[in-house]
Amino acid sequence: MTSALSIRSLRKVYDNGLEALKGIDLDVAEGDFFALLGPNGAGKSTAIGIICSLVRKTSGTISVFGTDIDRDFSQAKQYLGVVPQEFNFQQFEKVIDILVTQAGYYGLPRRIAEERSEKYLRQLGLWDKRDNRARMLSGGMKRRLMIARALVHEPRLLILDEPTAGVDIELRRATWQFLRDINARGVTIILTTHYLEEAENLCNRIAIIDRGRIVENTSTRQLLAKLSTETFVLDTREQLDAFPDLPGYTGRLVDSHSLEIEVEKSQSLNELFASLAEHNVHVLSMRNKTNRLEELFVSLVQAGADRAGGGTDGGRS
Amino acid sequence: MKARQQWVAFVTILTREVRRFMRIWLQTLLPPAITIVLYFVIFGTLIGPRIGAMAGHTYIDFVVPGLIMMSVITNSYSNVVSSFYGNKFQGSIEEILVSPVPNYVILLGFVFGGVARGIAVGAIVTLLSLLFTSLQLHHLAVILGMVLLTAILFSIAGLINAIFAESFDDISIIPTFVLTPLTYLGGVFYSIDMLPEFWQAVSRANPILYMVNAFRYGFLGTSDIPVSGAFLMVSAFIALSYVYAIHLLARGRRLRR
Repeated sequence: MTSALSIRSLRKVYDNGLEALKGIDLDVAEGDFFALLGPNGAGKSTAIGIICSLVRKTSGTISVFGTDIDRDFSQAKQYLGVVPQEFNFQQFEKVIDILVTQAGYYGLPRRIAEERSEKYLRQLGLWDKRDNRARMLSGGMKRRLMIARALVHEPRLLILDEPTAGVDIELRRATWQFLRDINARGVTIILTTHYLEEAENLCNRIAIIDRGRIVENTSTRQLLAKLSTETFVLDTREQLDAFPDLPGYTGRLVDSHSLEIEVEKSQSLNELFASLAEHNVHVLSMRNKTNRLEELFVSLVQAGADRAGGGTDGGRS
Repeated sequence: MKARQQWVAFVTILTREVRRFMRIWLQTLLPPAITIVLYFVIFGTLIGPRIGAMAGHTYIDFVVPGLIMMSVITNSYSNVVSSFYGNKFQGSIEEILVSPVPNYVILLGFVFGGVARGIAVGAIVTLLSLLFTSLQLHHLAVILGMVLLTAILFSIAGLINAIFAESFDDISIIPTFVLTPLTYLGGVFYSIDMLPEFWQAVSRANPILYMVNAFRYGFLGTSDIPVSGAFLMVSAFIALSYVYAIHLLARGRRLRR
């Protein structure tokens, strides 16, 4: 399969000496919905900044659909669409003008630019706002405007840096559906996110970056399969004074009517409920303490911190 | 990027620049018109007749070309410096930087945006001057050539200033402390023949003197300096500043981390 993005030995050392990327290798196949996860300062935004030429790399190579960005940056950029983390459009421009202008930067003639702008503004529910100044839009609309702007030249690879940060749940889910649709139409998508639920729901592959290194890069399914335990919170009908004696299970009493219990992947929930029933504890409701992927993410990053002797790198996110 | 696509990108940047200064015409087109009318009234109508002839012309006729040129210089410069820095400040410069537009197209787009405003203000000021005097036309090609080259030069200079600027203070330092003194001492209001020899020599180190005099030659047919030398000098400055600005854009100085 064609590689949409291929990164080799990518390093970035900022002027202040911070080594934000320590020689990362990464491949994203055409058609992938790829998540790049990592804590603040891990190097995600630096990597994205280098791919779209806003950050200058120290060394390494990047190719987009086989085109080296150093050899033919013009062609490589035609393939790329970028949705940055911060709002970076002209706040005083009209919505329609922002899109038509962006299309012009890619050399699209005016007529095509206007057609594309209408198409994507309609798809993202902004057509009615086309004559509004961008600064008058709500936060969610501004996010959608940036997605429409990134798509107006119809890139084959769309990179989104925290696309749903600060967006309400309804809009977040609508954005997810839109991204699924364009991915289904053949656009390869890379996103960074702090919402691990977002990565779990959308992406078929996940890479985790920490302290400038890729610490995990696999399919979402395989990554989740690595989870050895899950933590559940159980709400009980009976009032409890202490955590009951449950052989094979560990946990703690959260309050008089709730327990937090760690369940190994090899253990069955039926056995757990049976053990609780033996202690006359009846479960009224149950939920995951955290998102499954979040647990794995925390454990991977924590393992990295332990190896590095604790603490996290300061730096740019 | 093919030549045709580059042309589209250039027109896009230029259109956006023109749209910007037209949208805020109360800040960009009206103030220079009012300022220059005040100059015409004070130096032309009120004080001018008392000053008498300057280089063989009435004072208002002498001063009008210099005032037109002063408007072109300040407006070309300030258009590019404020627009480009505004793009940096808002982050919207990234829209262009992530696109395939070559650096020279970015430069030309912004520069000709500055030229458009400089010439628009120059045209407004010229029309207003007709309320105070009847302009002579000695050499139209010299007028158009010099106004175009001057607008290009100061637009590139504005771009260089904007690339280095890190705050709004930084975009007003050069206009206030360099551009304004050089313009006022650049023969707009007087002929350097009036100065002692030493100060005439000092004045000849001021590039704006050459632009103002060549421009005035186009209207009146008189100049303190050789007109061909002025064209050569402005062209050389344009070539140097263009190469430097392209170098800054290519290095991503203060634009790419």
